[in-house]
Amino acid sequence: MSRKFFVFGMMALLGVAFASPLHAQEAAPAAATTVVAQWSIITAGFALAFAAAFGALGQAKGLSAAVEGIARNPSAAGEIRGNLILGLVLIESLVIYVLLIALILFFVKPF
Amino acid sequence: MEKLEHELWIVQAVNAAFGPMAAALLRALGRPVPHGHVIPDYLVMAALIVVAWAVLCLIARRSFSVENPGKLQIMLEDGVAALQSMLADYVGHKGPRYLAIVGTMFVFILSGNLMGLIPGLKSPTSNINVTLGCALTVAVYYHIQGVKEQGLGHYLKHFAAPPGAPIFLAPIMLPIELISHLSRVLSLSLRLFGNIFGEDLVILILFSIVPFIVPVPMMFLGLITAALQAFIFVLLTTIYLGGAVATEHEQHEHSEMVAGAV
Repeated sequence: MSRKFFVFGMMALLGVAFASPLHAQEAAPAAATTVVAQWSIITAGFALAFAAAFGALGQAKGLSAAVEGIARNPSAAGEIRGNLILGLVLIESLVIYVLLIALILFFVKPF
Repeated sequence: MEKLEHELWIVQAVNAAFGPMAAALLRALGRPVPHGHVIPDYLVMAALIVVAWAVLCLIARRSFSVENPGKLQIMLEDGVAALQSMLADYVGHKGPRYLAIVGTMFVFILSGNLMGLIPGLKSPTSNINVTLGCALTVAVYYHIQGVKEQGLGHYLKHFAAPPGAPIFLAPIMLPIELISHLSRVLSLSLRLFGNIFGEDLVILILFSIVPFIVPVPMMFLGLITAALQAFIFVLLTTIYLGGAVATEHEQHEHSEMVAGAV
């Protein structure tokens, strides 16, 4: 058993040791970052954090109500589940919009 | 962004085979020919889905029988029955008529989402052109079906005066309804694109940091996301269809559900 773990751990170590493309990329000369670029990265991170936080709050509210409803009336579970998924999706898509804006700020850099 | 991923051999093969033809076609149409691959990744992947499903279904069709159904047949029948019951729930008794487009969308998007997890392939749905194409198809289709079902005048009328709303609200309701119908296309395409692209990106970034074990939970999450997003796309398509084709007396039970579904 311990031998198996040893082999596993060595493989993991090798994997970590051989793969550092991200660290290698850091050495590349930083492009001339303007103040706008710096702030846009900070903004993207914070925007995503806020979106995730409040989106999660909203989803949690809906989810708790749905679970409570199912616990009180298990026979309505199917219908509640359908509406729950629909609601969660509509909340989630707002978070996804913010994710897209963050990705645009990170990769497309429209400024 | 372009340099993060390596070239896919299947894209290279397709471009070697059909690239000159596509370039000649583009030149004949007077369009600029792109540098590098003439046929982009997402088109190759989308075509691959179509070809793979056509071949699979042609092979599977031969073993179908009524008396002695195989495992594959039972699985496919269950899938079709699930879609039919969903259509019946949200559209009503004429729901199963729209099985063709809903089922095609589900199969295409599900296999497109799952492709991103297979090495050597790429999700076509992580490109916004593909998702926008799907969303536009759905939007055009449900408007056409609405006009067909209710007649042009009647269909246009309930943009201005939805059932239950008094007629003097029409100047306010019309812009709201138009914007909500246009934003459906936006939200359908962006939701799918954002989910799949974000998922692929997270897996890619984790792979470039620790390419061992660590990305596996994310890939498992990707499995769930893929199935869920395909289901959601189809669910919203069904709800929009139901809202468009419902006649006056059926409208009331659907209107509450459809109102929030942007």
